[in-house]
Amino acid sequence: MASTDEVRVLAGSGVCGAGFRAESLEEGMGKKPHFIGCDGGSTDPGPFPLGSGQTSFARTSIKRDMRLMLLAARKAKVPLLLGTAGTSGGAPHVQAAREILMEIAEEEGLKFPLAVIHAEQDKEYLKKRFREGRIKPLDPAPPFDEETIDKSERIVGMMGEEPFLKALDNGAEVVLTGRSSDCAIYAGIPIRNGIPEGIAWHAAKILECGTAAVEQRKAADSLFATCRGDHFDIEALDDTLRCTPQSVASHSLYENADPFRLVESNGTMDLSTSTYEALDDKRVRVSNSGFEPADRYTVKLEGAELVGYQTIVIGGVRDPYILRQLDSWIEKIYASVHKRVHDIYGDTISRDDYVFNIRVYGRDGVMGPLEPETELRTHEVCMIMEATAPTQDMATSVATVARHKALHEPIPEWSGLITGLACTYSPAHLERGAVYRFNVNHVVEPDDPYEMFPIEYVNVG
Amino acid sequence: MATLGELAKLIRSKNAGPFVMTIDIMFGDEETYEKVKKSGVLSRKLVAETYKISENQVQFFEVDNCYAFKASIPRPYFQGDLMDSDSHAGQQYAPFIDIEVPGT
Repeated sequence: MASTDEVRVLAGSGVCGAGFRAESLEEGMGKKPHFIGCDGGSTDPGPFPLGSGQTSFARTSIKRDMRLMLLAARKAKVPLLLGTAGTSGGAPHVQAAREILMEIAEEEGLKFPLAVIHAEQDKEYLKKRFREGRIKPLDPAPPFDEETIDKSERIVGMMGEEPFLKALDNGAEVVLTGRSSDCAIYAGIPIRNGIPEGIAWHAAKILECGTAAVEQRKAADSLFATCRGDHFDIEALDDTLRCTPQSVASHSLYENADPFRLVESNGTMDLSTSTYEALDDKRVRVSNSGFEPADRYTVKLEGAELVGYQTIVIGGVRDPYILRQLDSWIEKIYASVHKRVHDIYGDTISRDDYVFNIRVYGRDGVMGPLEPETELRTHEVCMIMEATAPTQDMATSVATVARHKALHEPIPEWSGLITGLACTYSPAHLERGAVYRFNVNHVVEPDDPYEMFPIEYVNVG
Repeated sequence: MATLGELAKLIRSKNAGPFVMTIDIMFGDEETYEKVKKSGVLSRKLVAETYKISENQVQFFEVDNCYAFKASIPRPYFQGDLMDSDSHAGQQYAPFIDIEVPGT
């Protein structure tokens, strides 16, 4: 394809599982896209999916979206690129998405060459790269060493566009991957076909969030880009949605720390010179976006480790006498709980073995240390008491102590036994199960873009 | 004097990855944006004071092509950590709503 030719790209949705209108996908297919792309997740739902191996969207939601995209791609004989399978793109997530894909293929009687690209990292490989000094922190980053690698439930690498292209070169028509850069799904094919890198990457950045770039986003939906020479045109496929220069320009703000510079494995998008022009009341033309190749290829890592098991108690306080001394009353609850836990467990458990925390909604429950308001201006507060411990049993034991202590913690204004907490539920405690934390914000410097991402080829059907 | 909440088309906050959060203050037209810009009320300093952090922890941007101001700061706790209170950092923008803009 010559550089003046166009590459048409259909983004199924912002996330596979978030949904799109079947009519929008059909409208997009009518514009004859050269390929369909969609990512399957991100870190947005927090560390739980990555740590636990579970998906964030329900299997049924993922299957509905995947079925429509797969049928459309097979009918038009264009590649379908599905990145970051199953929310986090680790081995169990890829497996879950792969099973859904196979199920759909069987139900629909589809046959196609599939590539599955893995992104969960081998721990020995990571330790080797760490010892070589080829794992570097981003800012801010938690501490990282070989013990971090061992403690992690899993660590995934975020692949660039190269493994996608390699899979296509080897004959794959559907590509399902573990963790990938959302933009990489969309940037590879246009660049290969002569679209300048700055234009292709910027189009990819807009496409990867689906209808996030429209003026009044009603729901997740498909989005279409036409990349052509020195610009790309972007449009929504639902007739009631409009892309405006401002709505498209402002999308570079969303979930990015820096609106002008967006870092990928092989370089950095420079959107500081981008121009946005309305083609009509629905379509926007974007030009003058740049891309600076990186000196060194890097792969971003995402990891999660188990923190412990958690049990919580939800309750409320309405008594104005308690509310006017809320902070000191809560301090007394903390002290009573820790003392009772020590009475129960003796020296077998130290204060470092569990975490007991009380959140106060109505005070700083939402903003924590960032809350500028210092005065309590409310007639009631909600308290969430959280116990986190190495076992669920112990967490529940601490939470049940907390319920009892908070119920009856006295204040000087009242003599006699008070009940100072309105518990919402019976039982008052709720077992939340395992909780995880993100423990890596680093990049690896691999020898090449492929070594961290093994590709498996499967003939489906 | 009008407040940012009255003048802005959208004030929002969100994670920029699990370790950083970002605040966007967007205006519907160039005139309002320029007025706010000229007032000097929105700055790295204001963001630092609002969140009680140091100025060198704040990245601050004026984004002319979409009439927006943007600030990014390290999260007080990483997303999903035990003490984190806003997994998506979606409700951290509220203190900016009532900021008064001189000259409006």
